[in-house]
Amino acid sequence: MNNARNNLTTVKRTELTFLEKLYVPTLWSGLKVTFRHFWNTLFRGKVVTMEYPEQKWTVPEGYRGAPYLVKDTEDRTKCVSCQLCEFVCPPKAIRITPPGPAVDPTTGNVEKRPKEFEINMLRCIFCGFCQEVCPEEAIFLQKDYSLTGVSRSEMIYDKEKLLALGGVHRGPIMKWKQKADEARKQDAFKPE
Amino acid sequence: MSTPTTAELKPAPPPVETIRIKVDGRELDVPKTMPDWQGKPQPTTMLQACAMAGLEVPHYCYHPKLPIAGNCRMCLIEFGTPMMGPDRKPVLNEDGSPKIARSVLPYEPDAARGAIACATPISPGMELYPSSAATKQMREAVLESLLINHPLDCPICDQAGECKLQEYSVEHGQATSRFVETKVHKPKQVDLGPRIMLDDERCVLCTRCIRFTRDVAGDDALGIVNRGSYNSIAAYPGRQFDNNYSLNTVDLCPVGALTSKDFRFQMRVWFLKETKSLCATCGTGCNITAGAREEKLLRFEPRQNDAVNGPWMCDHGRLNYKWVQREDRLSTVISTRTGSGTWTGVLAEVAEVLRNAPKGSVAMVLSARQTNEELYLLNKLAVLCGAITDSIAREGQGDALLVSPDKNPNSNGVRLTGVAYTEMGIQIPKIAAGIRNGQIKTLVVFGEDVTRHGLEGDVLSRLDHLIVSDVLPNETTQRAHFLLPGCAHIEKRGTFVNVKGRLQKFMKAVEPKGDARPEWEFLGELLQLLGRPENFKSLEGLFNQMAKDTPAFAGLEWSRIGDLGVNVKL
Amino acid sequence: MDSIMDFIYLHRELVMGLVKICAVLAVLLPMVAYSVLAERKISAFIQDRVGPNRVALPLLGSVPVLGPFLTRLGIWQPLADGLKSFLKEDFTPNYVRKAYFWLAPAIALIPAFMTMAVIPFGSYIGTEKMVIADLNVGILYTFGIVSLGVYGLVLAGYAANSKYPFLGGIRSSAQMISYEIAMGMSVIPVFMLVGDLNLGKVIQHQSGGLFSWIIFQQPVAFFIFMVAAFAETNRLPFDLPESETELVGGYHTEYSSMKFALFFMGEYSNMIASSAMMVTLFLGGWTLPWFGLNANAPAEGGLWIGIAHIGIFLAKVLVLMSIFIWVRWMLPRFRYDQLMDLGWRRFIPIALANIVITAVILYLKHAP
Ligand code: SF4
Ligand code: SF4
Ligand code: SF4
Ligand code: SF4
Ligand code: FES
Repeated sequence: MNNARNNLTTVKRTELTFLEKLYVPTLWSGLKVTFRHFWNTLFRGKVVTMEYPEQKWTVPEGYRGAPYLVKDTEDRTKCVSCQLCEFVCPPKAIRITPPGPAVDPTTGNVEKRPKEFEINMLRCIFCGFCQEVCPEEAIFLQKDYSLTGVSRSEMIYDKEKLLALGGVHRGPIMKWKQKADEARKQDAFKPE
Repeated sequence: MSTPTTAELKPAPPPVETIRIKVDGRELDVPKTMPDWQGKPQPTTMLQACAMAGLEVPHYCYHPKLPIAGNCRMCLIEFGTPMMGPDRKPVLNEDGSPKIARSVLPYEPDAARGAIACATPISPGMELYPSSAATKQMREAVLESLLINHPLDCPICDQAGECKLQEYSVEHGQATSRFVETKVHKPKQVDLGPRIMLDDERCVLCTRCIRFTRDVAGDDALGIVNRGSYNSIAAYPGRQFDNNYSLNTVDLCPVGALTSKDFRFQMRVWFLKETKSLCATCGTGCNITAGAREEKLLRFEPRQNDAVNGPWMCDHGRLNYKWVQREDRLSTVISTRTGSGTWTGVLAEVAEVLRNAPKGSVAMVLSARQTNEELYLLNKLAVLCGAITDSIAREGQGDALLVSPDKNPNSNGVRLTGVAYTEMGIQIPKIAAGIRNGQIKTLVVFGEDVTRHGLEGDVLSRLDHLIVSDVLPNETTQRAHFLLPGCAHIEKRGTFVNVKGRLQKFMKAVEPKGDARPEWEFLGELLQLLGRPENFKSLEGLFNQMAKDTPAFAGLEWSRIGDLGVNVKL
Repeated sequence: MDSIMDFIYLHRELVMGLVKICAVLAVLLPMVAYSVLAERKISAFIQDRVGPNRVALPLLGSVPVLGPFLTRLGIWQPLADGLKSFLKEDFTPNYVRKAYFWLAPAIALIPAFMTMAVIPFGSYIGTEKMVIADLNVGILYTFGIVSLGVYGLVLAGYAANSKYPFLGGIRSSAQMISYEIAMGMSVIPVFMLVGDLNLGKVIQHQSGGLFSWIIFQQPVAFFIFMVAAFAETNRLPFDLPESETELVGGYHTEYSSMKFALFFMGEYSNMIASSAMMVTLFLGGWTLPWFGLNANAPAEGGLWIGIAHIGIFLAKVLVLMSIFIWVRWMLPRFRYDQLMDLGWRRFIPIALANIVITAVILYLKHAP
């Protein structure tokens, strides 16, 4: 039987030389490194700091910033108030008020739109779950990363604000529109 | 301690005749007959046998409390029967066990022929294969065809989260559809009646709704119109689907076709906190599940209790929840005498009044909407003050199915706790006379507007002290000197005894608003202030104490009542 | 008027002593504040950062060129820091031992100031010797006072009544005791060379030229003294009593506001005191071997030379301070056993050997 022990390899610790044991040469090289950095920063301007409010960062493609609601190309809210994002949101930043039973004749085939849609940007952790879970492609994490306000209530973005910030999404999917068109062609469907 | 008289403790039933079958290779003895939807014995079906083996067979049209229709085909399973030789003798395997003939299509002996488990009775020696590959394939095929014209608008569908089509698609379906043609579109947002909205596209044509309203509610209002893939549910032309049980079809509907106008687009069901409670609209005491989110009541649904309501409840009771959270609900405790607005202050004043009241000068009108525990404490208070007590009867229309003519949820509690031994309301004229002639100076009212029941405003104005506890404002509460905001039953815990003598408990679904507190809490404090300290700390303790003191509840304990309640002797 | 002059004349010693104390404090306190700034700036540069560059004074900040320049330099940062320390809530947790808790920061700070008393920071101005107390046992006094400093830390750790400060306090006492021995033994050869304990005499001894500086005669002693000084001042790589990563903040975990700032000041005053000590003992004190700056300033017309001596002294201190800071941002923290090992098993034997060797050499040199 091959003992499991036999498969172990023992790594030998390398013996330090006398000079190394003295530490002094190592100290010296350390001092050289730090001094080089000091010199380069002070006299040759090799600074890595980005001085934030004056200098801004280029947001890379695919960055996940604040989540905003988007409209479709016909200026309609894409969100159907399914509340999946509210459910999935880990810090419970989203709060949706569903529309209630009243039938809104203007929304046509999409019976449901949120009456109110709030995201508490103080709670949101920009995780992107809402975008991922949304079955309607109605919410997207966009490029804003630095949101400020002077009060807590100001940091709760309501539907109008989210839609205004979110802009228009030109995705190819217009599920509800297609359904309505399809249905209109069939006599059984009476949209009156 | 005597044992409680409950429905569960019947003499042992006679031995049942059983049949031996195999489910997924496991031998099982199942009763030969089982009760059908009306409770009559009928041959046991494959679906019931599988359920006994712990396997759920997916189904849409089958419902244990409805006649069997067998039209959805979701419950198809593969099965086999003992093979018979030409001599009508069972063919045996080499090891002596009977040979099983799997049922196959007659012209295609390689393909299994399923049977609908909901309607096919079992026979001796039968083998069921609810987990076999062939069964799985049948389920996939049925689901695929059900989804052909289905709109798949789960994001806006109220049923999402409790939809059988979703659940079975995940469990038994396949991820992709092979259907590339245009879907048939059917009417959406069809107004079936005052409380029901239908979305025909989502209907799977299981006819549960039709059977319910025809066979259970006795109102043949629904039917299927059009042909083929245009089949759709509709109300009888010129009629509304508006019977008092119509909302049960929303629960029955396995998909999001029938929706409640009341709950439509109010909240996704997965956010609801569900609490086991009772309906307090009439004396039947239907068991319900109350759904609430963030202290806002959103819906009542029936909870199955075959000893009371089965799986149903009436529409009136189901929608009777909105008053609890009305804006004008009483939410401040107040004494108009001193303007005190704290519980400690007001209760101290009330205790002072009751302590100083001479015997015979106190009367109490206690509602039959209060819980047993509260009535028990109130009765104690009455004995302490030597008060005369009564309650108020509330009669109305009943029906043959569930609705009781007694509109109080706890009339029997009033009797059993001794608040009113005889007919309710008999003492009210006496109390009125007592107030008029100045003998009665203090009136305690719990949960009733006595101005509408024989103690009009001018009578009340003669009182020295009017102590009132209620939930909503009314004329009596306006005249109160001491106003103690109480709780609706959905905001507290307690027990009711229904018209048939079933003691049932209910749990708290939402928090009361403002100062309002459960009556039993502040009644306990009041008794303590009057020098009669009670030694309960929780409702459980109070119930157990009441059970000890009340002959009708002897031997009961809160922890042993269970979700479905127990019968007590009336 | 006359009576005042009379008083001054009669109590010349006292008055001049007070004046010197005030002068020393007036230099020392800003130095502490600005060494914090220096620490932050130097660390920033070593790490390719910018460092404090935001605090601007309302009027000065708007002067063209100069204002922005000073702001970038962070010149006003210490003011802001000080103000912040004063304005922050001074929080005393209710489970601490209050009396000791309040005492500890003061005890930590005072010894650092007291060490300054015996340091000769210049030669003469007029006839006045530039040292507050010209003790003939100067070095003993220093060691005595410095070892008091540890009480502040130990007390802080004990008073806080919670585990991290307690561990920090214990660590600091063990560390101080260990390194004090090495430190004490490392300077014995110095006094063997000089033959006197008075620090003025030590400087006199080094006024002979660059190579009369004791650092060149006793490099080993200097090295041990310097390392021990790092340990004594709780500076990296020996900051185990505070080690943020393991002890949250060590002995000052529970302190806030000005009390915390006092510990902070204590640390930097200690650095200054240690640097001054090293300058005096090893680097020729206020002397410079060129331009005749290595002799006492004459009583008549030697004012500028006297001032130059003070400047030389300060400059040397600043260089050593920079080394303190520089080392801090280069070395990681020692492990505790390594620290003890270094103190007891390396430095003490080496220092002992150094004493013996020096003694032998001196004996051979002076042997008849
Ligand atoms: S990004 Fe994450 S945290 Fe923010 S709203 Fe969406 S789900 Fe919630
Ligand atoms: S998941 Fe999308 S469609 Fe659903 S509520 Fe959120 S944003 Fe609206
Ligand atoms: S009925 Fe079920 S499957 Fe159909 S849309 Fe509604 S939730 Fe989705
Ligand atoms: S409406 Fe619902 S219950 Fe009625 S047939 Fe259709 S799916 Fe079944
Ligand atoms: S459940 Fe059996 S056919 Fe519908």
